[in-house]
Amino acid sequence: MSSLFRYLLRHHVFILFILLEVLSLVLVFNYNNYQRSVYLNSSNRITGNIYNAYSKVTNYFSLPRVNQELAAENARLKGLLAQQPGTVQLPENMMQRQPAGEYSFSFVSARLISNSVNRQHNFITLNKGRKDGIKPDQGVISANGVVGVITNVSESFSTGISLLNPRWNISAKLKKNDYFGSLSWDGRDYRFAQLNEIPFHVPLAKGDTIVTSGFSSIFPEGIMLGTIESFEKGGGDNFFVVQVRLSVDFKSVTYVEVIENHHRDEIEQLQKMINDGNNLD
Amino acid sequence: MMFVTVVLIQVLLLNQIQFSGFVNPYLYLLFILLLPVSMARYQVLLLSFLLGLTIDVFSNTPGIHASATVFAGFLRSPVIGRLSGRESEINDYPGLKQNGMRWFILYTAVMVILHHFFLFYVEVFTLSRFFATFFRSLASSVFTIFMIVLSQFLIFRD
Repeated sequence: MSSLFRYLLRHHVFILFILLEVLSLVLVFNYNNYQRSVYLNSSNRITGNIYNAYSKVTNYFSLPRVNQELAAENARLKGLLAQQPGTVQLPENMMQRQPAGEYSFSFVSARLISNSVNRQHNFITLNKGRKDGIKPDQGVISANGVVGVITNVSESFSTGISLLNPRWNISAKLKKNDYFGSLSWDGRDYRFAQLNEIPFHVPLAKGDTIVTSGFSSIFPEGIMLGTIESFEKGGGDNFFVVQVRLSVDFKSVTYVEVIENHHRDEIEQLQKMINDGNNLD
Repeated sequence: MMFVTVVLIQVLLLNQIQFSGFVNPYLYLLFILLLPVSMARYQVLLLSFLLGLTIDVFSNTPGIHASATVFAGFLRSPVIGRLSGRESEINDYPGLKQNGMRWFILYTAVMVILHHFFLFYVEVFTLSRFFATFFRSLASSVFTIFMIVLSQFLIFRD
């Protein structure tokens, strides 16, 4: 017993090293569980407030660009309104007059207070949280397209996975012919993502638009993702390897909207029933 | 105090730079480099772990930075011993002024490269893109070494 103790004492540095190393790697591997814990990510109160104060200052520098983006977004929306005369007359009162249940999707605007593009797994932190109605698994978009999805929510902040994260795939389709596949990021260049599962017989062209498919309950159909930059036949399987130039500039995105799908529970319940049914036979 | 300084510089300044998309200097290693040479090794390890975990919390990467800083903290003492032959020769505070330009640059380079390679390989956790990761580690190392040496002339001088 005492020799064991002496041994431990002599090698205490090495043992402590192994112990701390194992602890860190457990944290790395259990990552998916820790997404649910609020304290070890940047939506907790201390880090949230530091990031918030910081972004309040730096936001002033990007105001000209943000104004331009908002003006462009306004112009686009006005254009859409003009195309549908009569159907929408009082857009500013529309949301209040109709009960929420009438709409599938509603939007909460928010500001990114932390974001990265140069990691393997990139994350976003938003300045809105539970008290603003944000919940996990809600989509995040900017005026230019899809940004990410919320994973963690605290009282007044929330964090999410950015599209620039290989842990997340998004269901996408070609706008011109509705063929769908899944879009994911391979961790190399923050301007490009990869569209998979498009079979060889589908006609592709450089510059084709890729949008969300609407199959998941996170995003509505037709939100912009990007355009085809290049495509080639991968070796071995029957699918194209498509490089997609992302429409969102992840280095400069600041103002975003969080999407709530009012029918999500209903859709997921139905899909769960199908899955359970498959397990039975 | 220095702990708070390097953490804030790292998360608010350097993590936002994102030079050319994949190079990110990790100045926070300076904190481990400048701990007193005579400090007990278990204290160095615990402080390294705490530093890594703090950076992790800010960048949403539980465990990745912590494992790399613990690795660097563990190898610090052997590296110092190997670099300076007789231990009595070097000052207790391993700064640039105290031990000379050549010693400090060598010490920084070895520690930064060890830390960065461990960090980047844990981050991708695969050897499939061995050379891409190799290049990323090397490029970031050069930047970090440059910044740490520069910091010795600018802020952490004493």
